[in-house]
Amino acid sequence: MTQVAPPLNRYLAAFEALEGAGTVANPAWLHRIRREAITRFAEQGFPTVRLEDWKYTNVAPIVGTAFLLADAVPTGVAAPAIERFVVRDPVAHRLVFVNGRYSATLSSAAPLPGGIRVASLAEALSTDAAVLDRHLGRHAASEGTGHGFTALSTAFVQDGAFVHIPAGVRVPAPIHLLFVATAPAGPVLAQPRNLFVADRASEATIVESYVGLADDTYLTNAVTEVVLDEGALLQHYKIEQESERAFHVGTTAVVQGRDSTFTSGSIAVGGALARNNLGVRLAAPGASCALTGLYVLHGRQHVDNHTFIDHAAPRCTSRQLYKGVLDGRARGVFNGRVTVRRDAQRTDAHQTNKNLLLSEGAEVDTKPQLEIFADDVKCTHGAAVGQLGEDAVFYLRSRGLGEDAARTLLTYGFMSEIINGITVEPIRAQLDSLLMARLREARVAKEPR
Amino acid sequence: MLSVRNLHAGVDGREILRGIDLEVKTGEVHAVMGPNGSGKSTLAQVLAGHPAYTVTAGEVIYEGQNLLELSPEARARAGLFLAFQYPVEIPGVSTAQFLKAAVNEIRTRQGQDELDAMEFLELLREKLTLVEMDQSFISRAVNEGFSGGEKKRNEILQLAVLAPRLAILDETDSGLDIDALRVVATGINGLRTPDNATILVTHYQRLLNYITPDQVHVLFNGRIVKSGGKELALALEAHGYDWIKDEFPAVAPLGAA
Repeated sequence: MTQVAPPLNRYLAAFEALEGAGTVANPAWLHRIRREAITRFAEQGFPTVRLEDWKYTNVAPIVGTAFLLADAVPTGVAAPAIERFVVRDPVAHRLVFVNGRYSATLSSAAPLPGGIRVASLAEALSTDAAVLDRHLGRHAASEGTGHGFTALSTAFVQDGAFVHIPAGVRVPAPIHLLFVATAPAGPVLAQPRNLFVADRASEATIVESYVGLADDTYLTNAVTEVVLDEGALLQHYKIEQESERAFHVGTTAVVQGRDSTFTSGSIAVGGALARNNLGVRLAAPGASCALTGLYVLHGRQHVDNHTFIDHAAPRCTSRQLYKGVLDGRARGVFNGRVTVRRDAQRTDAHQTNKNLLLSEGAEVDTKPQLEIFADDVKCTHGAAVGQLGEDAVFYLRSRGLGEDAARTLLTYGFMSEIINGITVEPIRAQLDSLLMARLREARVAKEPR
Repeated sequence: MLSVRNLHAGVDGREILRGIDLEVKTGEVHAVMGPNGSGKSTLAQVLAGHPAYTVTAGEVIYEGQNLLELSPEARARAGLFLAFQYPVEIPGVSTAQFLKAAVNEIRTRQGQDELDAMEFLELLREKLTLVEMDQSFISRAVNEGFSGGEKKRNEILQLAVLAPRLAILDETDSGLDIDALRVVATGINGLRTPDNATILVTHYQRLLNYITPDQVHVLFNGRIVKSGGKELALALEAHGYDWIKDEFPAVAPLGAA
């Protein structure tokens, strides 16, 4: 093994301990994947700001923290503690993970029709080995998603969510995956690892929620791989609502087959430092994806959204709309990269990023990156950073709303385009009230008048 | 109700209103007319409290209060309403949501109970018929993608829902086709009571075919140069504004020293 920097040693030693202990399921195929990953991690290390893809986000606070590797489910997390994050009707299926490990007692699994598999990854490692062997670690290893954090996740892969929808099956209600973090005894590293496989012409909605139970420091390093076969339709939501002392690195790697449709809603409101990587590979003709995102930040929060759309086949469509609302001294990043490969003729790609700065101290970096190697394409992008329009503020004030109420309503309006696009009603309603409460808080905090 | 005395105001150091005097009594309708650039819209915006304008001299007394000391929202809560010449689009906020917030803000400040969702909807439905607007209007984002006529109707809808004591309508008639003009005028007439008052700011006389003013004022280069009855509006319609300019050469054009 190559010589490694001291912060990495901790992880390498933990890896050897885990492998040697024989406490985890470790069939040969998985062992090989883990080995390769730890070698890659030792080489890559954690990303640094010297890398173009990480120049706006310094992960030094993560590198410098001695996280405990979350191993077993901590006892003491009971149903009432997670109640406020639980959504019901029409959510049929809920898997709950505590620090990345599946909790059967907190989960609520209704029987599912048609051979749909919704299980913990730990279980699936033995029951669904063939599917896992084919996909696990294969998709989140390329450009945009194959960074050191992903290698670290793969090396320690143990648990997470596994969803497999057989061909032609439509999952009747959304599947909610709730990732709860708790670290009362010191910083914990939680590494949920998810795999969603949507077979031919299947249809499903999956929501991933990442929440902190208390104001703890921890790192969630989540990796989700999503495979859509021909004609499959998957709606995916990711809600990042971690503790404001926590770190979150979320990586979602999607690969799409012919005429498949992937929609994504990524909402980030939590975390001290969060980085969302979303890579979509449009691998076969006629595939389309629509990605929306919203980051609402205050205090000294830092959220970085990196998307990478790889138009690798003809006649594919991609749509991106990300919006940011930044208050306090928060910092937001949107980096949207779109590559159109030489054979990807008749590509239709559109990207928009809009940001609203509510304070002098808030900052945003927005960077579209288009790399086009085909000639028959339609690609557009747009970015905007601005403040609330003073004419709009006056308009609302002239109707009797106080200045703060006017600004709050306008800010809400800016966000609602994304929130109202969420088709899972209880999730939409939950986010709506969360954001309204946050706006009210900000209003109270700013109110000397 | 409203007493404007020697009002001077401008924007970015440029004086636009140069000594306005205007008395509006309860129950009256006043029309303020004048050529483009005479200061009509500035007068409307200054009365509503637009922060971009600075008042340099004079006073405005509204129902015994110094209006100029009040914030725009305090003016609205005291019963003043401005129908905008260019209503602003508010993406993501529905007309119902916006108006409910406004109504309840005003009600609470006036010591009344807030309307709940049902009561508010009932009020809104009743007023929608007045402006001949479809109910789908209220769930659309405020003015977003509205035609010019729809925007003006939305202003009248707001006027109807908020039921102010003094309404200032800034060129509400401009850009309207004849049907929309009739709807808007019917709406305004339907809202007249002996207890409120209206100031119509307009370039053209045609709105006054539907709404009969008690007084007509001609604003020219930041001053009211002539006041009279409704026949004054007809004279302006017949002869244009040139005769005013000829009659008042002493009123120097804007920007001249």
